[in-house]
Amino acid sequence: MCTTCGCDDDHKHDHPHDHGDDHRHTHHHHHGEGENREAKRLAVETDILARNNRLAAENRAMFARHGVFVLNLVSSPGSGKTTILERTLGDLGGKFCCAVIEGDQQTDNDAQRIAATGVPVTQINTGAGCHLDAHMVCHGVESFDLHALDLLLIENVGNLVCPASFDLGENHKVVVLSVTEGEDKPLKYPQMFRAADVMLLNKTDLLPHVEFDVAACREMARRVNPAITIFEVSGRTGAGMAAWYDWLAERMRAVTED
Amino acid sequence: MHELSITQSVVDICQQHAAGRRVSAVVLEIGELSGVVPEAVEFCFEACVQGTLLEGAALTIERIQGRGSCAGCGAEFPVSAYYDPCPSCGGHGIAISAGEELRVKELEVE
Repeated sequence: MCTTCGCDDDHKHDHPHDHGDDHRHTHHHHHGEGENREAKRLAVETDILARNNRLAAENRAMFARHGVFVLNLVSSPGSGKTTILERTLGDLGGKFCCAVIEGDQQTDNDAQRIAATGVPVTQINTGAGCHLDAHMVCHGVESFDLHALDLLLIENVGNLVCPASFDLGENHKVVVLSVTEGEDKPLKYPQMFRAADVMLLNKTDLLPHVEFDVAACREMARRVNPAITIFEVSGRTGAGMAAWYDWLAERMRAVTED
Repeated sequence: MHELSITQSVVDICQQHAAGRRVSAVVLEIGELSGVVPEAVEFCFEACVQGTLLEGAALTIERIQGRGSCAGCGAEFPVSAYYDPCPSCGGHGIAISAGEELRVKELEVE
């Protein structure tokens, strides 16, 4: 049994240590002939995401203890997350000890692409699930030697809605938006762009061929999240990636030197 | 459709608090900025309660309006979307004080 979350890995049963405070018993009073079951109101006041948030906090503490810097990459399907990962791992793999968690509903196609770079990778298939959660990540890292790791990159399920609500224990969410998607995505999916600390505007090599207003996109992202850091990149050609690597290295230094 | 896993969490929380008693009513608080659609939760609730202590329970969802204050001028105002500008100074960068709630508020057990 997993000592962190108490599960037996089937992800389905109840967690006995998760119980709330209310363990009082009701007493059924019998009045006359009929049984009068008095309804009893219980104040619960519990965050619906409390369990995920608790596991995310435990993941975060575990990563901090081992000095691992963790990014959660989120975007719509097809924005180029895996290509950005491949290039990042190719360029930084010699400097840092990296590992990847791939989240998809089905197939291990992305994990195979990452494995080809020589970096350890775990594929999580969520089935019908539309996002990774902290529980999946806590088991997803079991095969990694966390103590040896510097950087863990988590590629979430391609979806601009649901992954925004689920903390995985990462240091930062990084949202990828490609120029083939339309510049108003930050306004259409504000939760995600507000939750992210970085936006990678990808596929800039296609800008001459598409109608995409970069300045308007930046302005809309900042309207939702004035503090967001934006890099214009091309995962395919490598353009603009150096600034992204500088940001990564600087943030990693702050975490791993603590 | 993260409402399905959200609703499953609601059922888990209620079952833990009910401690074996049948649940006849559940009250949730869902903020307007939480990114969770109440109608989708209602839809999922029907399916998720089957075979649990919550089967047949009435679901009430209380909406909580978004509120925030401007990081620039400090004005407080209702917020319906994260990209709304401050009505006083037109600035962006709202500190949200209400509207992101996702809570099981109370239960009624038999």
